[in-house]
Amino acid sequence: MTTPTCSPLTRKKLVDLYFLEMRAKLLDISAFLDRLDRAHDAQTAARDFRVDAMRQAFQELVSDNPGRTARIQMRLSDPTTDPIPDAMGLKGATGAYAPECYTPRREAGR
Amino acid sequence: MKYIEPHIHMVTRTTDDYQQMAEAGVVAVTEPAFWAGFDRCSAQGFSDYFRHLTIFEPRRAALFGIEHYSWVCLNPKEAEDLVLAKEVLSLLPEFLRADNCLGIGEIGLNKNSRNELKVFEDHVQLAADLNQLILIHTPHLEDKYKGTRLIVDVLRRHSAIEPSRVIIDHMEEHTAPLVLDHGFWAGMTLYPQTKCTPARAVDILEMFGTENVWLNSAADWGVSDPLAIAKAQIEMRKRGHSEAAIRKIVLENPIRFLSQNPKFRAPESA
Repeated sequence: MTTPTCSPLTRKKLVDLYFLEMRAKLLDISAFLDRLDRAHDAQTAARDFRVDAMRQAFQELVSDNPGRTARIQMRLSDPTTDPIPDAMGLKGATGAYAPECYTPRREAGR
Repeated sequence: MKYIEPHIHMVTRTTDDYQQMAEAGVVAVTEPAFWAGFDRCSAQGFSDYFRHLTIFEPRRAALFGIEHYSWVCLNPKEAEDLVLAKEVLSLLPEFLRADNCLGIGEIGLNKNSRNELKVFEDHVQLAADLNQLILIHTPHLEDKYKGTRLIVDVLRRHSAIEPSRVIIDHMEEHTAPLVLDHGFWAGMTLYPQTKCTPARAVDILEMFGTENVWLNSAADWGVSDPLAIAKAQIEMRKRGHSEAAIRKIVLENPIRFLSQNPKFRAPESA
């Protein structure tokens, strides 16, 4: 059904085009992790499932296999398959999966 | 380049946005019904919103030479209340007869709950009964893959639904095969943080091809960009894609899908 194409640009041109932008994003991620380490409660704070999921996803960045983005998306996705019983009071998403985020909040409903 | 913005929430945008979009090349927009940022108290609130979409917004767009089309539904974020949902669904046939209304949307799922799924199925049945086009919202972030799979399952089980008359929006890398391999149209939404950047959207086009795909900004009251499609055009040029390829994505593909409803008038210069 789909008709994939390759990029019209050479690998060298793609690197020329994007390297500095990606370098900046890499430093943004490392700076974010350093920022967490400087939090005043860094030694005592509970683990955060979102940061844990991000750290797990880093494994894909060093993979040699194409499809890294889709695999990272799946690592950050709800792996269950059945509809949840009740979404009352639930609207937003957090960006990573944790079962405790699916507890209905009656007071937030209409 | 002239282009169509096929998913944008103009009720949330300023008149300046219309001006800038017209200057950037927008000749038509389509506006699905969505969540207002708060739950509405009654079906009457939806009726007023649908009047806004079908009467007022087309007039505002016309001041800038932009054709305005709409879609109506009860969005999935307000689908937990089945009584309200039933009342709102009963309003839809009246608004589907409006001159600018192209179909039912954006329906779908948000947190993938049982009630959301029930209301989605009811909308799909109504679309089948009234032979309407369907525009589908897939959930955000961690809920997207599961929700897209549930949505595709419902649509494939329904014998009267033709995949070519359904666009499943907010597609990303991990959901593209679910949508495109089953013959549905796919929308890619250009959101700065929570959906696709222009660069990733172009990557997806390179990976999955340019058939049955459109780009949109889905700009609303959140962090979003009503000129996102214009920026994606720049990204495609930067990446060496031809003007014909860009035109196909931003103009010809939307025309091809939307023209399945005879109320849609293709831009004269297209």
